[in-house]
Amino acid sequence: MIEVEGLTVRFAGVIPIDDMSVTFPKGACGLIGPNGAGKTTFFNVLSGFVRPSTGTIRAFGEDLLKMVDYRRARWGLRRTFQTEQAIERLSVFDNVAMIHEHSRDGRAARRGAVLGALDFVGLEASPEAKAGSLGARERRLLEVARAVVGKPRVVLLDEPAAGLPEEETVHLGEVIKRIPGEFGALVILVDHDMSLVSACCETTAVLDFGKLIASGPTPEVMRNEAVIKAYLGTEADS
Amino acid sequence: MSTTSAPTQNQIEPARPSLRVDREITFRAVVILAFLAIVMFLLPSVLGSDWIKTFTSVAIYSVVALGLGILYGRVGMISLGQIGLLAIGTWTATRLNYAFHLPFPVLLLLTGAITCVIGTLIGLPALRLSGLYLALITLMAAGAVNIILSAINFPNGGGGFTGHTTAVDLSGLAPVRRPAGAAGDTAYYRYVVVVCALMFLLALVHLATKAGRAWASIRESEPSALASGVNITLYKMWAFALASFMTGIAGGLLASQLGQPTIYGFPIQDSLTLLAVVLIGGIYSLWGAVIAGSFMQLVPFIFQAEWNVNANFLLIIFGAGLLQVLLTAPGGLADQVPKDLAKLWRFISGPLRRGAPA
Repeated sequence: MIEVEGLTVRFAGVIPIDDMSVTFPKGACGLIGPNGAGKTTFFNVLSGFVRPSTGTIRAFGEDLLKMVDYRRARWGLRRTFQTEQAIERLSVFDNVAMIHEHSRDGRAARRGAVLGALDFVGLEASPEAKAGSLGARERRLLEVARAVVGKPRVVLLDEPAAGLPEEETVHLGEVIKRIPGEFGALVILVDHDMSLVSACCETTAVLDFGKLIASGPTPEVMRNEAVIKAYLGTEADS
Repeated sequence: MSTTSAPTQNQIEPARPSLRVDREITFRAVVILAFLAIVMFLLPSVLGSDWIKTFTSVAIYSVVALGLGILYGRVGMISLGQIGLLAIGTWTATRLNYAFHLPFPVLLLLTGAITCVIGTLIGLPALRLSGLYLALITLMAAGAVNIILSAINFPNGGGGFTGHTTAVDLSGLAPVRRPAGAAGDTAYYRYVVVVCALMFLLALVHLATKAGRAWASIRESEPSALASGVNITLYKMWAFALASFMTGIAGGLLASQLGQPTIYGFPIQDSLTLLAVVLIGGIYSLWGAVIAGSFMQLVPFIFQAEWNVNANFLLIIFGAGLLQVLLTAPGGLADQVPKDLAKLWRFISGPLRRGAPA
């Protein structure tokens, strides 16, 4: 469970996150909102790249903001980025293994955990293949494998389906949906694809111009007037 | 998703790639051993003393190139201070040589350790700067080293901290010692090759383990590395420490190779030339460092001593070579030559195979 209290982020003259209070209970939670709503900034706060002006974040009872940035991965925080980040010069196996090396899972479990994660996401490519030789879909799956290896507590997925065709998005959705059950991790999914969020997430929070405008069970949120106006409305216009 | 085929595939999967990898590792080991055998035994038996001295320098500068290759190729930090660091290593070894009677391996390790500390300090700006700014800062550090060492001179057996005497009669002063049992040029050459091979092994061990993977992650993207739990400060400093240690060892070997080193052996422009030849050789490959060492020492020797051509012409050739590499072969010669050879082989063997009766 992640509890966010009064979180505000200020850059010079801009307030990307304004007094945000929300709870991500368990399972897979969606975080949606129009462009510039502050979704990625929120992830950057969780990762430690951005320091908030005020507010607290408690993750499974611990004060996340007090943790040194690179130690958060060892604690169990994982994330993917909007642009894919597979390390081209390393093999598929090493790409996942390097995450495991900096996790709290033991060395003896490494080989099994890495192959298990690759199997979990359904990546058919050889573990010895260089990540640079993979296609877009395989790289996305590799990133998810990197995010779930080594006993994660919280998995942040930033538009994992960006640029993927419809049917591959469906497969990715199935994988994401299984993460909480398989690894016991809380998933927060940011995506523009409403169908992916609806398919994966029991609860959803909506940001607009840095303010939280709705949160709750996904079907209810999708019917919320303010959400339709702020988010879906602008989508329909474009 | 085909859940039925997944388990069977899983049982076969680990066996197949590992077999292929085993064969690849065996092939590489054979190539490396053959290379070492040629370098250590064939070359001294067919080449004269001048050539052997040159090849000693090639081996030493390969290690310097290897250090830069790790910094730039593996971590993405550009340093133009490596020749300055080599000068520090050579000075330190020379000073230690005249001050104490240490066994040669101890002297080398001590030189490596001292250079490692200095080099890591010079690398501290890398935590804040990158690209052109880091290049400029490290180049200026090399310039500062050059000025300081020009002022205090290399030790030649004198007293005090600098160990330099300006006495006119230097006949009583011995050159920097060589390891016991390796005083001759050929014996010392073999000694240098072994030490350099150990440095390459040290690099290989780093690249194949946790540090190498963390460096690759930093090189790909620092935010992603941070989110993966990589302590970027630690691993960047580690890379500088490793490269500086190697360069210090190379400096120690160079001190005994030269006998009476002077600052004129370490012009600042060599730092730029080093980067050029490292890029030409191949920044991502350990073989690239060997090629770079050859470009740095062997090619000038051939130009000057064998063909009587001014070695400064090489700068033009390196410039053209660098342009060619940057435009068409980012992996450098170490990456391109095997590909070209394979292409040539297909070109030759293709018609032969097609022409042969089935």
